[in-house]
Amino acid sequence: MTQAQLAQGHAPLLAVRDVSVVFGGIIALNGVSFDMHQGQILGLIGPNGAGKTTLFNCLSRLYQPSSGDILMEGVSILTRPPHKIAEIGIGRTFQNVALFPNLSVLDNVRVGTHARTSSDIISDSLKLAWIRRTEASVNKKVHEILDYLDLEDVAHSIVSGLPFGTQKRVELARALAADPKILLLDEPAGGLNHEEVYVLGDLVRKIRDERRITVLLVEHHMGMVMSTADHVVALNFGRKLAEGTPSQVQADPDVIKAYLGSKDQ
Amino acid sequence: MSAAEEVVTEAPAVEAVPKRAMTLGYGTSLVVLAALILTPLFVKNFVIFQMTMLLIYGLAVLALNILTGGSGQFSLGQSAFYAIGAYTTAILMEHFNVNYALTLPVAGVICFGAGFLFGQPALRLSGIYLALATFALALAMPQLLKLGFLEHWTGGVQGLVVTKPDAPFGLPLSQDMWLYYFTLAVSIGIYIASVNLLRSRSGRALMSIRDNEIAASAMGVNVALYKTLAFGVSAGITGIAGGLGAIAVQFVAPDGYTITLAISLFVGMVVGGVGWLPGSIVGSAFIIFVPNIAEGISKGLSGAVFGVLLFLVIYLVPHGARQVALVAQQLTAKLKRN
Repeated sequence: MTQAQLAQGHAPLLAVRDVSVVFGGIIALNGVSFDMHQGQILGLIGPNGAGKTTLFNCLSRLYQPSSGDILMEGVSILTRPPHKIAEIGIGRTFQNVALFPNLSVLDNVRVGTHARTSSDIISDSLKLAWIRRTEASVNKKVHEILDYLDLEDVAHSIVSGLPFGTQKRVELARALAADPKILLLDEPAGGLNHEEVYVLGDLVRKIRDERRITVLLVEHHMGMVMSTADHVVALNFGRKLAEGTPSQVQADPDVIKAYLGSKDQ
Repeated sequence: MSAAEEVVTEAPAVEAVPKRAMTLGYGTSLVVLAALILTPLFVKNFVIFQMTMLLIYGLAVLALNILTGGSGQFSLGQSAFYAIGAYTTAILMEHFNVNYALTLPVAGVICFGAGFLFGQPALRLSGIYLALATFALALAMPQLLKLGFLEHWTGGVQGLVVTKPDAPFGLPLSQDMWLYYFTLAVSIGIYIASVNLLRSRSGRALMSIRDNEIAASAMGVNVALYKTLAFGVSAGITGIAGGLGAIAVQFVAPDGYTITLAISLFVGMVVGGVGWLPGSIVGSAFIIFVPNIAEGISKGLSGAVFGVLLFLVIYLVPHGARQVALVAQQLTAKLKRN
């Protein structure tokens, strides 16, 4: 039995309940519901325009659902402003990499710890003893993560000069620095070559196994989702089309139709 | 990802600037400090006065650098905060007989408050629109200072005369020299605090906002709070500079704090290198001395000559003094190797 199956009996870590999003007259999401359990890698798939990114942006509080609710450990996240999402354990990466281009790899990852630390401008300016202690623990943690993701060699490099694949790992490191319980990955395979995609898939599984972080993988690279996720939700035109194990979803006639088009078309 | 790693190891990160990029190394800092401490002992009082102004404008440029280089927000309204600081000091000294040194923290706190409040509407604006809003503030300030009902305190169009303080404890220093060392001590304190701030959690939050607001917010950075704090800190330091300026010039008047001052500070920041704190003093030197040089070249066309000189600087070293320092650093490294 996989970890995900073991966890099925417990309350979900994250619950999406009947979420709808309407932009003007367009229904981007229409009553989507699913649960995520501790330790799961949930793949969210669907063709372009299916509503994956919309749902993702609801989870990171950039969009407000028109109806429905999203519960993290049983508590609604919809009253929280976007900057108070990291502190409840929801971390994310961005579709086309959204790093801080003028900062070093180290500083990018240090910003990741922002939600887990505190300071004020006076204490920071005076570099008081407790600030120095916090910085020391931040540095220890950041170096542990850089080491984990094999980024120590580029720790002092400015990120804008790094190759795309490395930048993706820096983004992952930055998200890990916030000690997330759940990690939202927005199309992590985009822009990577065939080999890199599978290396990334292995890395995601490794992070789940070793750091016990639940992962929501939004992706339209079918191969990666099918080989990485242990539970898949398929969307199309803002509705949930199918849900189940990768092989179940892959065999679902509706999913096949959505991806390949029906025969009589 | 193996291919990516190879690229990285093959090309040593030439462009990578370590986190000290915003400051100077220890050796260079000591040389600059020694020069600042020793020079006044060998020069005339007028030059000492000019050096005091160099430090004061340096502080004001540093403040703008924190705002623009740190948090990525523009301001053409720094002259307004400078004016508030100057008037706070002048009014406290002349109307309430407060010790000059004690007026500076008051000026700093009042300007922090003013900047923080001004930062609230500024949150809705960005880039050129924010520059325009701050421009309006700079335009309004001299007129506000002339308002009739404030005249009892501000002296209206006439302004206020400020008494220059003597050196304390009977130290054998001229007023100018004492004020210079006093300003130097304040400047060093503010410089160190600013460096600490930018290298801290708060400083990283500011820079993350500058680089990508949405990502910063996703990392838990309260974008609105830090943007207004940046305005507050910048205004607070500018206010202290303004207070020191009032003491040094011994006079405050509305027309001393027009938009021209704000633009000068902006020029100083660009010439010194946006985001590079030590450049502030270079930028300050540029806005104090280059107009004089321009006047020396042509009295009638000094403005045009200044423009040409400024253009040359921007054309030759678009990143200002920071670029010059970087080239010098690479040269010395090369010489050491040979």
